[in-house]
Amino acid sequence: MSILDSKIPKGPLKDKWTNHKNNINLVSPANKRNIDIIVVGTGLAGASASASLAEMGYNVKAFCYQDSPRRAHSIAAQGGINAAKNYQNDGDSIYRLFYDTVKGGDYRSREANVHRLAEVSGNIIDQCVAQGVPFGREYGGLLDNRSFGGVLVSRTFYAKGQTGQQLLLGAYSAMNRQIGKGKIQMFNRHEMVELVKVNGKARGIIARNLETGKLERHGAHAVVIASGGYGNVFFLSTNAMGSNVTAAWKIHKKGAYFANPCYTQIHPTCIPRSGEHQSKLTLMSESLRNDGRIWVPKKIEDAKLIRQGKLKPTEISEENRDYYLERRYPAFGNLVPRDIASRAAKEICDAGFGVNQTGEAVYLDFTSAIKRYGKQEAAIQRLENPSESKIIELGEVIVESKYGNLFQMYEKIVAQNPYKSPMMIYPAVHYTMGGVWVDYNLMTSVEGCYCIGEANFSDHGANRLGASALMQGLADGYFVLPYTIGDYLSNEIRTGKISTDTSEFEDAEKSVADRIRKLINIQGTKSVDHFHKLLGQVMWEYVGMTRNEKGLKIAMKKIKEIRDEFWKDLRIPGDQFSLNSELDKAGRVADFLELGELFAKDALSRNESCGGHFREESVELDGAQKGEAKRNDKDYAYVTAWEYKGEPENSKMHKEELEFNDIELKQRSYK
Amino acid sequence: MDLTLKVWRQKNRNAQGALEKYNVSGISENASFLEMLDVMNEQLINEGTEPVAFDHDCREGICGSCSLYINGEAHGPAKNVTTCQLHMRMFKDGETIYIEPWRSAAMPVIKDLIVDRSSFDRIQQSGGFVSVNTSGNTQDANALPIPKMNADKAFDAAACIGCGACVATCKNSSAMLFVAAKVSQFAYLPQGQVEAKQRVKNMVQQMDNEGFGNCTNTGACEIECPKSISIEYIAKMNREFLAATFSTSE
Repeated sequence: MSILDSKIPKGPLKDKWTNHKNNINLVSPANKRNIDIIVVGTGLAGASASASLAEMGYNVKAFCYQDSPRRAHSIAAQGGINAAKNYQNDGDSIYRLFYDTVKGGDYRSREANVHRLAEVSGNIIDQCVAQGVPFGREYGGLLDNRSFGGVLVSRTFYAKGQTGQQLLLGAYSAMNRQIGKGKIQMFNRHEMVELVKVNGKARGIIARNLETGKLERHGAHAVVIASGGYGNVFFLSTNAMGSNVTAAWKIHKKGAYFANPCYTQIHPTCIPRSGEHQSKLTLMSESLRNDGRIWVPKKIEDAKLIRQGKLKPTEISEENRDYYLERRYPAFGNLVPRDIASRAAKEICDAGFGVNQTGEAVYLDFTSAIKRYGKQEAAIQRLENPSESKIIELGEVIVESKYGNLFQMYEKIVAQNPYKSPMMIYPAVHYTMGGVWVDYNLMTSVEGCYCIGEANFSDHGANRLGASALMQGLADGYFVLPYTIGDYLSNEIRTGKISTDTSEFEDAEKSVADRIRKLINIQGTKSVDHFHKLLGQVMWEYVGMTRNEKGLKIAMKKIKEIRDEFWKDLRIPGDQFSLNSELDKAGRVADFLELGELFAKDALSRNESCGGHFREESVELDGAQKGEAKRNDKDYAYVTAWEYKGEPENSKMHKEELEFNDIELKQRSYK
Repeated sequence: MDLTLKVWRQKNRNAQGALEKYNVSGISENASFLEMLDVMNEQLINEGTEPVAFDHDCREGICGSCSLYINGEAHGPAKNVTTCQLHMRMFKDGETIYIEPWRSAAMPVIKDLIVDRSSFDRIQQSGGFVSVNTSGNTQDANALPIPKMNADKAFDAAACIGCGACVATCKNSSAMLFVAAKVSQFAYLPQGQVEAKQRVKNMVQQMDNEGFGNCTNTGACEIECPKSISIEYIAKMNREFLAATFSTSE
């Protein structure tokens, strides 16, 4: 029997959440006033949770490392948010959203959690509209939808290419209302650097004021971690520069198990890197795959000429182009899920067909879409025999109305006009499905410590479908945690104020101070970025899109070496008690250097291919699916949850067996 | 390309600041402006000097963190971009570039190029929201049709990233464009009507309390706004404010 208790309620799948909500304990309004909750992170999950908890009457203390909660990286999500509203009458339902999400996650997510996510998805849209989030609308005044990779219905709501921004500003506005009322105390430019436990329960945090460098003690009856994903372990990713694993890693070291760290999503449509100076990668929304067609030259000589700058993509005729996704996956074509689209791009580039100077790019072409829309528009305007150029002119206007801001962003970065010449794209690290292990109530293996949003592991399995991240962040923060946390807090009404004048807080603060002093006093010769880049190279090379046993063992060894070198030769100029960005980064990279090794260890332990985790040892050898990922349900249908035991290599594995009672496990086929 | 940089250095809120000169070389024209600063900082660290502090996070033009005054222009010479989206191909080899923080009494410098924009948060806290609690029983999202034109206008206003370029570029340090964007977003939507009058009064009051200047309609804010937010929204806010002030119903 596993020591992991997922606490999934009994009963039929579709009734679990409703019954659970009806049966859990409540806290009376008079008692809520005396209970404090800490929320770390103010992205979609953290902001929505903070606002909702404060509205219910709890006292919330919220923390973010940015200068304002509005800047959390959820703001950069472009494409959209899924909800099973069936506004388009294409047969969508809660069950279908649930089914698509479990299938898209390659059957490595927890059934009951995913069903709950699908159940509350509709409420999220209602809530956001009520807050004044300006979603895209049709001329009749009703909400518009688009379709996203990996599904056959249009269930994605959007606000141009800035959906994450609008949803986050909605949650931020709800937070502001509570900050104004004094129900949320907001701590900007603060970083959580330690979890404080008293008698086994989470009772507070040590936070560092990033402007003054001073350490602060904050007590609470429960601690909620909503600090996002750890994609920056790769150095280059679509994450923000400051995105980090620190809060999640600190609670891991205090007893919270870390689940499936190797499940990483490499997003297929990002702007390729341009050189050594590259500091981060920029995503182009997946919605572009609705209308863009992905191709490379059919002839390897053409690809070479393009790389040398001697041939232009527009000079290659139709028959000499290889629309490889349409060729390999006729049913889904350019809309296959992200993991499949990414791997296909890597394979074709590795085979020598890549297109920019680096050879690491494929084309995303809008010519067909521009012509198709142009013809439609010409018909609407009753133009007889419109010329080719008129059709293109009309089509470009339609494409601009759909993707204008994305095209503009591309042009700013690459200095090429994507209406005239196809875009170049390449996969980049984008999202981490793995994260802190939580039970059905979103509580970690530390009592009273919760984890929500991208920082936890539960809903996306081994691969996340497009437009599901925003859904999960807001589901956890608005509609799940505010209920489930009450069940725990109902036993805390007699606890009284949490004092920070205790030995537990003192010891925690001292250990943090010692570590900071140690970092500052290394006085070596290399910058933080130097080590971060080294780590990123190892991760991308051996723990990236495809993985094998030999490479993973090399990665574990190399990461340990980089970590040792970091603690010997790091240089942080400036002092501890003023704003010091290098010191902030150093603390985060120190944690990445530990996580990276666990990440590789986890990938090594899972000798199957599933979702974003592709093991070269586990592929289909023959039949229609030849060369595709081979999942192994017999041996690996479980969640891996790692217990901290000092060095990452000594981490102890626990398994949560996954049960699928409502879904038959099938091979994912998008052919 | 090789460049000479004159960068504002200031130890903390109370210290006196000054421009310092640094040289960088071998910068790719495909690098972004902030990546050029990364190269400069790496150089400073290797020399044992404290690197230049600047706010930045998403580096894709949406979080609103970056906030540099480059050669006397908020977010530099390119139109409709944030500093992080500015690329070195906009500059010439051998050029001298002046880099300063936003300048406004309501946004004091914290260190080097970093300023304190918490005044923006406090304005939003005074009324930049619809008073609706989280509830699983909110009415269906499609129960309230909204004309596409109004929804689009609300969206264009809501696209504000709160970077503060409008304030930094305004000769009066006025925050009218920022405040107008939020007021207008809700003014164009039915959800915002119930509290419209109180909202505009509270937000304008808070704006004044924070020490921002008045608007004299020069339009500089609109030109520097990386999200192209139009000063028409200022006109909209003024109408809302007048209507709220002279309303007899409340």
